[in-house]
Amino acid sequence: MDRFIYLDHNATTPTDPRVVEAMKPYFSEEYGNPSSIYKFAQEAREALEVARAKVARILNAKPEEIFFTSGGTEADNFAIKGIAYANKEKGNRIITSKIEHHAVLNTCKWLEKQGFKVIYVDVDRYGIVDLDEIKSAITDKTILITIMHANNEIGTIEPIREIGKMLQEINEQRITNNKPRIYFHTDAVQTVGKIPIDVSELDIDLLSLSGHKFYGPKGVGALFIRKRTKIDSLLHGGHHERNRRAGTENIPGIVGLGKACEIAMEEQEKEEKKLKALRNRLEKAIVEKIGDVVINGHPEQRLAGTLNICVKYVEGESMLLNLDFEGITASSGSACTSGSLEPSHVLLALGIPPEVAHGSLRFSLGRDNTEEDIDRVIEFLPPIVEKLRAMSPFGRDREGGLRWNTQKR
Amino acid sequence: MEYSEKVMEHFMHPKNVGRIEDADGVGRAGNPICGDIMAIYIKVKDDVITDIKFETFGCGAAIATSSMVTELVKGKTIEEALKITNRAVAEALDGLPPIKMHCSLLAEEGVKAAITDYKKKQELNNKGKL
Repeated sequence: MDRFIYLDHNATTPTDPRVVEAMKPYFSEEYGNPSSIYKFAQEAREALEVARAKVARILNAKPEEIFFTSGGTEADNFAIKGIAYANKEKGNRIITSKIEHHAVLNTCKWLEKQGFKVIYVDVDRYGIVDLDEIKSAITDKTILITIMHANNEIGTIEPIREIGKMLQEINEQRITNNKPRIYFHTDAVQTVGKIPIDVSELDIDLLSLSGHKFYGPKGVGALFIRKRTKIDSLLHGGHHERNRRAGTENIPGIVGLGKACEIAMEEQEKEEKKLKALRNRLEKAIVEKIGDVVINGHPEQRLAGTLNICVKYVEGESMLLNLDFEGITASSGSACTSGSLEPSHVLLALGIPPEVAHGSLRFSLGRDNTEEDIDRVIEFLPPIVEKLRAMSPFGRDREGGLRWNTQKR
Repeated sequence: MEYSEKVMEHFMHPKNVGRIEDADGVGRAGNPICGDIMAIYIKVKDDVITDIKFETFGCGAAIATSSMVTELVKGKTIEEALKITNRAVAEALDGLPPIKMHCSLLAEEGVKAAITDYKKKQELNNKGKL
């Protein structure tokens, strides 16, 4: 293998060397515990607050609204369980979508076992949630709506602002009628550092983010909690994070997260343009060179670096293994790669038949990718598909094209 | 999850790929909804499987087990072929990751289905002769 091409940035990103550099002093030099009284801990305390301000800035939030966590999964658990339990006297209904990340879906499923009622709204064929369905799912008992900002598999960006505005109107009426307000959470793990986010403009109450999805370190994330939000803690212990998240702060990680936010603020706009051009180049070539391909996700409302396709008559893992052999990394929503018997819940929610969903491939591009990387995929993928299709048991029609055929010939 | 070298070898360079147009028996196993489907074609002479080919839609393990089962079955009598279990196929590949063991069932079922089809055709032929 003469080169390695990483095209799985929605799974994780390399930590930016500038981030690593910023973190370094906080391991063995400035290792003080921010909770300690003595002067030596001063530097750690300051670093914590500087990082908090940087994370707040990328969201246009206030620093006191940022709570550091161990990552996106904890932030999602904190938001959803925290709101559910703090507001359970007011209601027990939660609204989410069918295409959320498992950190949200499985948290909701757990809450269902605890007596909460969760409504999973549908999406259209591009993965966009239906606003009217959300609206009609709201009852007096609804306490939380949680909809992801952008989907990790297909990259579709949800109409968060529209949901936020709709909820604000509903909440105004509810408050005048003495009814409890509905909180709005978004899992923004795939969007922070990639597209501009303003929590005030979007009317969000809670937002989850994760460091390692945008060139920060793994094991650190944050939850934005708007002031005056009624929320319970997930972790109990000391008085860290304004009594809302116990545990000694991961200072190196938090400093790294702050640095990643600072870099993203400067570079995300330029990067988005670059990724979009590369992604479109790849998409166009794949459609042209490989027949019977479906592009998943919204044509416009989609993350710049994400390309999800279904290659008919071929299974995803077998394509990934062949690509890996050529030094190209990507991912798939096939059952074989998810460790379950069913293909991706996201692709099924789009209405894609299971047998087609098994042939999914996701390329997620990032900062270091080049045109040469893309051209290499364009060079290697078509023969891989051809080889696997030649092995496929599906019937050939009169024109020699492949078709699904499970009947005996 | 990691595949053995043998699995990768059979996956990247599978043996006996294709179809036999005048097959004496054709077997199918799997389900496209679950993500694997396999077709096995056999030629039989004097109770011995003289030729075998497969077509598979599936993951690395599904393709590798298809390839391996055809190698194991080729040249065997019908009776011997029926005794080949999915475990034997997996062992011949130096093992499969636990979550992939069900893929080896596909190989066993495909061969059994092809033999059943062959026997059915034989019966019909014999009846025709009578």
